[in-house]
Amino acid sequence: MAKVLMKGNEAMALAAIKGGCDAFFGYPITPQNEIPEYLSYHMEENDRIFVQAESEVAAINMVYGAAGSGARVLTSSSSPGIALKQEGISYMVGSELPAVIINVMRGGPGLGGIQPSQADYNQITRGGGNGDMKIMSFAPETLQETVNIVKESFSLADYYRNPVMIAVDGLIGQMMEPVDIDMPINEKKCPPKDWAATGESAKRGKRNTIVSLHLDPYKLEEHNLKLQKKYDKMIEDEQRYEMINMDSDPNIVLVAYGSMARIARSVIDDLKAEGIEIGMIRPISLFPFPQKAFDALSDKTTTLLTLEMSLGQMLQDVRLASNGRHKIEFFGRTGGVIPESDEIIAKIKSLIKEAK
Amino acid sequence: MKTKTIYKPTEGLVDRDLSYCPGCTHGIIHKLVGEVLVEKDLIGEAIGVASVGCSVLSYEFFNCDMQQAAHGRAPAVATGIKRVRPKNTVFTYQGDGDLASIGLAEIVHAAHRGENITVIFVNNAIYGMTGGQMAPTTLIDQKTSTSPRGRQKKGTGEPLRMSELLATVPGATYLERVSVHDPKHMRKAKKALQKAFEVQENNQGFSMIEFISTCPVNWGLNPNDSLKWATEHMIPYYPLGVYKDATKEESDE
Repeated sequence: MAKVLMKGNEAMALAAIKGGCDAFFGYPITPQNEIPEYLSYHMEENDRIFVQAESEVAAINMVYGAAGSGARVLTSSSSPGIALKQEGISYMVGSELPAVIINVMRGGPGLGGIQPSQADYNQITRGGGNGDMKIMSFAPETLQETVNIVKESFSLADYYRNPVMIAVDGLIGQMMEPVDIDMPINEKKCPPKDWAATGESAKRGKRNTIVSLHLDPYKLEEHNLKLQKKYDKMIEDEQRYEMINMDSDPNIVLVAYGSMARIARSVIDDLKAEGIEIGMIRPISLFPFPQKAFDALSDKTTTLLTLEMSLGQMLQDVRLASNGRHKIEFFGRTGGVIPESDEIIAKIKSLIKEAK
Repeated sequence: MKTKTIYKPTEGLVDRDLSYCPGCTHGIIHKLVGEVLVEKDLIGEAIGVASVGCSVLSYEFFNCDMQQAAHGRAPAVATGIKRVRPKNTVFTYQGDGDLASIGLAEIVHAAHRGENITVIFVNNAIYGMTGGQMAPTTLIDQKTSTSPRGRQKKGTGEPLRMSELLATVPGATYLERVSVHDPKHMRKAKKALQKAFEVQENNQGFSMIEFISTCPVNWGLNPNDSLKWATEHMIPYYPLGVYKDATKEESDE
């Protein structure tokens, strides 16, 4: 199909319908409101379920219920709303339920602001909820990449029986860009959901229960080790990233995702015009973090400059991925401030000057 | 010798030991729910939602598909299930800490939306599982581990009456408070459950049956005295009866 000009939030909503989403449960919060607004009309039109819940907490627990009975389910929210959803997300990880969660990130902490931010990185990758838990998370850069990942996420969630989060900053949610909503994607082959509590115990000949409670510590440990194996498989199979301008064998490599990567691209182009070659690792998956990209760096790379719309949260993962092999530098703006490419160029030039 | 079966456990419950304390009425209420689901031939297609509290393990007892919900969230979980499985019977089983305290928003809004689910609400005026703390339903002057001098109106309020509260919510269809302190009341309670599941079968919306229950261990009374205390102290504050029946209004329309 031809490309159409769409707003980010609406494109994600349509992508969810195309991805086979059976039900949506959500609660209003800026800057993601166009997602529930779009779905309130179009889910019914497609004979699917839309419910505006009384709170984010209720919404994620509706997701838990619907996912537990075998449906493909979506919720969307923004940073403080995601914080409220962590209870249900942890229960879904514990009960091994699939769901897709869209997080259109805004500034924090607390009520924070409503401007674009990437300050949820720790909330997304460092558990968020209680217990030994991980969710797979993706931070796409363009609307095309975003809609493709939203569509694919439903099968990824089903395959791993684990929630998947799409984390975009408010800029991607609010901007318009041409997208081909029907671009083919790779879908994982998922086994039938014979574990779901579908209300068919008579037909099935056995009861299915959806539970995250294991009172015997040895049983809970065994369960957590089983979950850990899934996380290990994600780390092995699902790292996603893009390497940009690496043929130039640059000394300095930027690390940036989402809208920050878009700004970094113009930085790279501008510096190239001045004869300065800078590379970039663009993580697409936040968990699993793309360690493989860092392992592929040549010895010429001495410095990693992490760029974030936060005060340095992915920075920790960059340090771990580098494991002492590089000088680690950071530039970030916070509170919903979108950096100018000039600020980043000035930072890079000061690093070059220091090195001389 | 010929034997004749005159009584057997309901197939609505899994054949295993319950986790409840001796003398607590959860066992009776479980049995009644199981019996009604079997008699209405719903057990094989029902989906139950267990809550947090003493009944947290009820997913191991009801002989149907079950989901275990976070504390207070059972009505939201049941909403998610019922919306994608509208033809299945969906019920929650919740205590008073779960439903009347941490889950107040979820129960009110499930009723408010008129979700076509059945809620089994077991009110024993105390948090049992965690060791006998004060609940929103704890009576005035009742001593608990967090109201050691007895509950006082000032600072902790007066006990919440959930059936009465939900009766003010336009979306609720059927609300009844029952007790199981003697066989006569058990039969009445069973009728109430039959009615509640019938409301759901007829797609008439939200139904809740509130059970006056006991907690011998945390009340510090033996099982018999607990039943006596429930009738002498709880029922006067929580009168039995039908608090809302919108099924008739609906059929008139």
